[in-house]
Amino acid sequence: MSGILFLEQTLNGLQFGLMLFLLAAGLTLVFGIMDMINLAHGSLYMIGAYLMASFVAATGSFWLALPLALAATAVVGVALEMSVLRRLYERDHLAQVLATFAIILIANEAVRIVWGPQPILLNAPAGLTGPVELPGGVQYASYRLAIIGVGTAVAVLLYVLVTRTRVGMLVRAGASNREMAIAMGVNIRRLFTAVFALGAALCALAGAMLGPILAVQVGMGENILILAFVVIVIGGIGSIRGAFVGALLVGLVDTMGRALLPIGFAQIFPPQVASNLGPSLSSIMIYVLMAAVLVFRPQGLFPARG
Amino acid sequence: MKTAISLLAFAIAFPLAMQALDQPFYIGFGARVLIYAMAAASLNLVLGYGGMVSFGHAAFFGAGAYIVGILAVEGTRSAWIAWPLAVAVAALAALVIGAMSLRTRGVYFIMITLAFAQMLYYIFVSLKAYGGDDGLSLPGRSTVGLGLELRNDLTWYYVVLALLAATLYLLHRLVHSRFGRVIEAIRENETRAAAIGYPVYGYKLACFVISGAIAGLAGALIANQSSYVSPSLLHWIQSGTLMIMVILGGVGRFWGGPIGAAALLALEETLSGSALLGDYALHWQLPVGAILLAIVLFAPQGIVGFFARRRHA
Repeated sequence: MSGILFLEQTLNGLQFGLMLFLLAAGLTLVFGIMDMINLAHGSLYMIGAYLMASFVAATGSFWLALPLALAATAVVGVALEMSVLRRLYERDHLAQVLATFAIILIANEAVRIVWGPQPILLNAPAGLTGPVELPGGVQYASYRLAIIGVGTAVAVLLYVLVTRTRVGMLVRAGASNREMAIAMGVNIRRLFTAVFALGAALCALAGAMLGPILAVQVGMGENILILAFVVIVIGGIGSIRGAFVGALLVGLVDTMGRALLPIGFAQIFPPQVASNLGPSLSSIMIYVLMAAVLVFRPQGLFPARG
Repeated sequence: MKTAISLLAFAIAFPLAMQALDQPFYIGFGARVLIYAMAAASLNLVLGYGGMVSFGHAAFFGAGAYIVGILAVEGTRSAWIAWPLAVAVAALAALVIGAMSLRTRGVYFIMITLAFAQMLYYIFVSLKAYGGDDGLSLPGRSTVGLGLELRNDLTWYYVVLALLAATLYLLHRLVHSRFGRVIEAIRENETRAAAIGYPVYGYKLACFVISGAIAGLAGALIANQSSYVSPSLLHWIQSGTLMIMVILGGVGRFWGGPIGAAALLALEETLSGSALLGDYALHWQLPVGAILLAIVLFAPQGIVGFFARRRHA
């Protein structure tokens, strides 16, 4: 039993972690380069998932709808950046929190007006609905495997983009010392709009891929947003590598905790207590992880500055 | 002083006017505003005066509420026991959380306070014996004796008002005392305050604990207000809402917390009633968001700051 369960939960954790990474990557760059707290990042994730649902309904094809949803969300992100967020870079964190909190309220209601208050069902693409058999005789949902594949591919692409290209070099320069980058002639505003578009597209990708697993509904962005913040704080703000490691850590700890803690508690406590204690303690685990990281490495695991 | 007297006069007259207009609903609404005014004022102490951006203030608010709730269902309904205990537990929570969080600063402080609040949130979600996710209904409001019946909404309103007035008086004394000056000095320049010889960490921790204790009292009151407590009182959205109230009113301005709380709740109440927007009142969060956004962009010092600036200009 335990070997199969362990493998299955590891894969689930990996899949969740990779999707968290998509969200955290955009967030950590926005945070790292412009020192901007963007609570509305979760709203882009929600909007991406809703747009995906509409495009799937319109085109009838998951894989045709995906690039459309990504592009549309990137446009929404750029519009948001150019109209509102741009004015907030020079302001303090509190103003940014208030403004982006206001954007969450506006986005939630706008989605409710356009798509209605009911959660929307998004189906997994045809051909990826059944389970596949992994070596070792484990049955695992093929769609979840596809998510792992897509997530890994994007992570590799992003890594190459950030560490091997000229644009990536500018991004890293901006994250490690913004003033110096500006002094060296980097057009940080244009760079930032581009980063924001990329971040929005990654949000949409996460929203679209997770849509068939979780429900597409108003408020889906808020909870995952906090997880994404936890990821970037653990990883070190502004660091893509940190976001990757942090996301996998959080994904694995959260998923494994949820699956394994109740079993562990069942050995110690009566079943009534164990079934209550397990799920909530596993929710706490990632915050304990973050607090522990901050105590020992206050700048996160891979600090981008300094 | 003039502000305090006119606000107090308004707060005293408000429920009487509502009663005369036969609108008893607004007496309960008024009490809710007063309670959130207290919570926001407590957050403004750490956020505005201390410069510590705590994103987990709902933890103390919710802890205070749950102490009253748990004691009430266990049969202890006396306010003289439950409320001080709520304050003490919230202060203790603030001591523990503050002692660890205050070792970090900046964004990391924001995130670690958030993390601790979320831990408490999940602990209360897991307390199935006390309602868990569904929350906990109280058998009724606390009892105080002295011939006061808190079930009566008018009595309840004035009890809350008296507690808020006392709290604000203490806060006023505190921020204008030597302690308050040191706290502001630390906010302005921590290194210099330390160089002068102040134990910076101790001062910040004391400020954090006092603020948490007041939030605990506000929590004890909010549990009585609706005779219901739920984990959503500790959710990060609640912390965010308290922060919005303070920023809206004016960070580090004495009336910033109370004015911000009243403004936000009044705004929500007005826009969610169907009188103004008709069928669109269902989507009241949209105009609330738009107004908040406009305030950030055009009134950066909050409501109190906006009017203070005009007066001085």
